[in-house]
Amino acid sequence: MIAAKERTKAAAGAADPMRPELYRVQRSRRESSDTFTLELTPPRGYKPTPFQPGQFNMLYMPGVGECAISISGDPADDGVLLHTTRVVGTVTRALNGCKAGSRVGIRGPYGAPWPVAEAEGNDVVFVAGGIGLAPLRPAIFHVLAHRRQYGRIVLLYGARTPEDILFKPMLRKWSSRLDMDVYVTVDRAEAGWRGNVGVVTNLIKRAPFDRLNTTAFICGPEIMMHYTVLEILGRGVNEKGIYVSLERNMKCATGFCGHCQMGPFFVCKDGPVFRYDKVKRWMEIREL
Amino acid sequence: MTIHDLEPILREHPFFNGMSDEHVRILVGCAKNIRCNEGDFFCRFGKKADEFYIIRNGKVNIEIDIPQQGSMTIQTLEDGDIVGWSWLFPPYKWNFDARALQLTRAISLDADCLRNKCELDHDLGYELMKRFSAMMMERLQATRLQLLDFYAGPAGAKG
Ligand SMILES: Cc1cc2nc3c(=O)[nH]c(=O)nc-3n(C[C@H](O)[C@H](O)[C@H](O)COP(=O)(O)OP(=O)(O)OC[C@H]3O[C@@H](n4cnc5c(N)ncnc54)[C@H](O)[C@@H]3O)c2cc1C
Ligand code: FES
Repeated sequence: MIAAKERTKAAAGAADPMRPELYRVQRSRRESSDTFTLELTPPRGYKPTPFQPGQFNMLYMPGVGECAISISGDPADDGVLLHTTRVVGTVTRALNGCKAGSRVGIRGPYGAPWPVAEAEGNDVVFVAGGIGLAPLRPAIFHVLAHRRQYGRIVLLYGARTPEDILFKPMLRKWSSRLDMDVYVTVDRAEAGWRGNVGVVTNLIKRAPFDRLNTTAFICGPEIMMHYTVLEILGRGVNEKGIYVSLERNMKCATGFCGHCQMGPFFVCKDGPVFRYDKVKRWMEIREL
Repeated sequence: MTIHDLEPILREHPFFNGMSDEHVRILVGCAKNIRCNEGDFFCRFGKKADEFYIIRNGKVNIEIDIPQQGSMTIQTLEDGDIVGWSWLFPPYKWNFDARALQLTRAISLDADCLRNKCELDHDLGYELMKRFSAMMMERLQATRLQLLDFYAGPAGAKG
């Protein structure tokens, strides 16, 4: 079981948490029209702190700025660091311009992870919306690597269009497994798309899981998480079994500056992964 | 499949959950078993809405044909879902196409038959209206979320 103490320890990150290490871009892989994955290798002689599923790094582009991006790779693979990013503004655009050989400053890992150990013995339902599949992917890798410790594993994933679906080869591989249920849906599709159309919340009512023994990990825009939680509660899952990953603008990422404050919490340190019942009150306040 | 076989299917269907035996029997009198092969249409835009369907197994796409762009899928319906409510309101015409995405088995309920029964038995009409209103609300909610462009913002964007 990952105790609260261990979570905080994990949040502490590297020795000097404010100093970025210059990683080398090994490859930039296009995932969709606006999303890409950077494969990064650490500088020679530098031993990165292992990350836990759901944690994030601060990515620094010299002369441009810094932003928080979750780690999207396999926590068991300590060779290459993966970050999957959607282009929305200045820093993410600069990251998108990186090619093999470019340098990116990395500090972290930070934040409280998905409590994958606490979910052992339960059915695990992952609900991802859009880019939200990236922060969930390490947790999916983890539960599949420890398959016998879990009940059913269900992934419900929603994207805007078939072209926006991330990690297609991986989804195909997971779909073909007999010990995992994968459902993908898109908001809009032209004729020819043979998959589901509709929002991801539509998938919840039919998803195969035991409501009394289920842990749900949800990641996506907050509006999507809000409606997803309602549907999952509607299926009878206890709110203590529901986890969400929240995002607020970040600066220090170490719990000092207060930039990411949400009610009594600092999202960078106490989150980004929170148990739903602890944050629901703050999620409902519009200004926060 | 005989009419007697349809009764337990309707009775156990979540849509008719809590309906009296008598009302279910009336519905069975308007029901028949049908199937659509992949690519076949259950209903077409503008045509008379003289039935609605309960999907037993399969997948059905609700589509709209956009001139010069072809057909766009708005929603996929699956086992247990209901297709169609245009039969409830004049002018009783379909507002969309419903096409089987794969071999789909369904129960079709005859609209004329049902409307007549509802006129004669307002309790039955009320029971059906309650269920259709709840389903329409659910679909409206889902459509609103689709319009919101749910996944457009950065992962943390608030709605
Ligand atoms: C813990 C954490 C993990 C994250 N993980 C990922 C990830 O794995 N992949 C990914 O693509 N993104 C992730 N993000 C979001 C990412 O940090 C932002 O998209 C990024 O900071 C944008 O920086 P920018 O300079 O490109 O955009 P800016 O120029 O800062 O902003 C461009 C536009 O996007 C809006 N915007 C930017 N960031 C946010 C935000 N976080 N919330 C709401 N609106 C925002 C701004 O209001 C503005 O309109 C994460 C954020 C946090 C806090
Ligand atoms: S980003 Fe500084 S306290 Fe969270």
